[in-house]
Amino acid sequence: MGFFERLLKIDRRIIFTLIGIAIALPLFFNVSMFVETTPVVKGVYEVVESLPEGSKVLVSFDYDPGSMPELQPMAESFFRHCFSRNLKVIIMGLWPQGPLQANWALDVILNEPDIKAKNLRYGVNYVNLGYTAGNEVVILRMGSNIHAAFPADYYGTPLDDLPIMKGIRNFNNIDFVYNLSAGYPGTMEWVQFAADRFHAVLGAGNTAVQAPLMYPYANTGQLVGILGGMKGAAEYEVLADRPARGVRYMFSQGIAHAVVIFFVILGNVAYFATG
Amino acid sequence: MHPSPDIGIWIGGLLTLGIFSFLYGDNPYYKFCEALFVGVSAGHWFITLFWTVFIPKLLGNIGIAIHTFRTEGFAAGMSDYMHWSYIFGGILGFLMILRLFPKIGWISRWSLAFVVGTTAGYYFINYLVSNGLMQIQKTILPLTSVGNIILVVGTFCGLIYFFFSKEHKGAFGGLARVGIWFLMITFGASFGYTVMSRMSLLIGRMDYIFGIWLGMIR
Repeated sequence: MGFFERLLKIDRRIIFTLIGIAIALPLFFNVSMFVETTPVVKGVYEVVESLPEGSKVLVSFDYDPGSMPELQPMAESFFRHCFSRNLKVIIMGLWPQGPLQANWALDVILNEPDIKAKNLRYGVNYVNLGYTAGNEVVILRMGSNIHAAFPADYYGTPLDDLPIMKGIRNFNNIDFVYNLSAGYPGTMEWVQFAADRFHAVLGAGNTAVQAPLMYPYANTGQLVGILGGMKGAAEYEVLADRPARGVRYMFSQGIAHAVVIFFVILGNVAYFATG
Repeated sequence: MHPSPDIGIWIGGLLTLGIFSFLYGDNPYYKFCEALFVGVSAGHWFITLFWTVFIPKLLGNIGIAIHTFRTEGFAAGMSDYMHWSYIFGGILGFLMILRLFPKIGWISRWSLAFVVGTTAGYYFINYLVSNGLMQIQKTILPLTSVGNIILVVGTFCGLIYFFFSKEHKGAFGGLARVGIWFLMITFGASFGYTVMSRMSLLIGRMDYIFGIWLGMIR
């Protein structure tokens, strides 16, 4: 058996091991890869930059721990950006685990020295409305009355008792909607019901699997911008000038992609060489 | 190296290794982790839906309706009467459970028909506007830049490929072939994103094992 024939019959566990090493090893080195920013990510960043202090931003957490590596860095960098610009953040979830993901991100960001110094208060500067069942129907309900969709927040406090919710009735009173999505219900439903029907200004952060399906919405302006996968998270961190997990992970991502490309080329060479 | 003292982190780490062990080959350790995951997920969903849908939406609203009727009788306002409408949802939900009884299981189709009908109604207009009309509108562009030309030609040729009422021969076949190229490039980009997504998940797990669990990454 020749070299190329043996190569075609290589044990897949060897490839698994090499991919594992390519992913794990770079994590031990604190290397920041150059991350080029793209217009679709800048779209989200620039909308947040353009909002005046005290503007209301609605963030919907529509994912669960399975998508944390991609979406949690996006959530953290978005919260950091909003709080540093003194925006008011209203959190909700169409996925049951979503509000919990939001609390984890808040725990990280609210303990950063510059954000901590702002003395942000729950119910005044930010609120977690929790999860409510109903998928896209919840968005539809919010279009007419947010208080009907969420009578109380995550901790059971009636919305009328929360200062941040004063004067907020529907999407007309929300300056920007940001959706972090890993599937259904997610960005597509937010585009169809919140952006197109109620004219909410909408941006999104998606898992990389889902992102290519959402780019057409950014092209038409239905989305002001979109963060696609870990690369999108890294781009946002670079734009906000606060490199964090997204940028750190991109080194592993780059090495792993190089290994995959190497094996694709090697496999093709071996395939054609053996006729 | 500073391993986490948190027992929950240790359980998470050991279960991650159990799932990874499938890459070497099927084994009892993997089977245990898989069964545990499925069981915990099912239990979690049941409890979540019970406490977020059944109790507050169904029992909560029917409770309000009964209370209002007992205190105000027929003098209650229209919005108070709306709480009774949740009984309709409750009945549809109950009919779904009849699937468990083969002889009368067909009744559950009424609930399914309601769900399919309302969903189709909700989505018909939304898809038409968001995924149809608005996309078409933004594809009608002046051919003044390379980007616009690629978008218009790609969309046009892609649509021609899916036009099966005429044989793909001659100039028509050539345009369809261009359409295939655009489709292949699209699928390639999608596959690239999928690879990135899967790598991201693996990075997350590796960071958990070597960083959060074993404390080897600063």
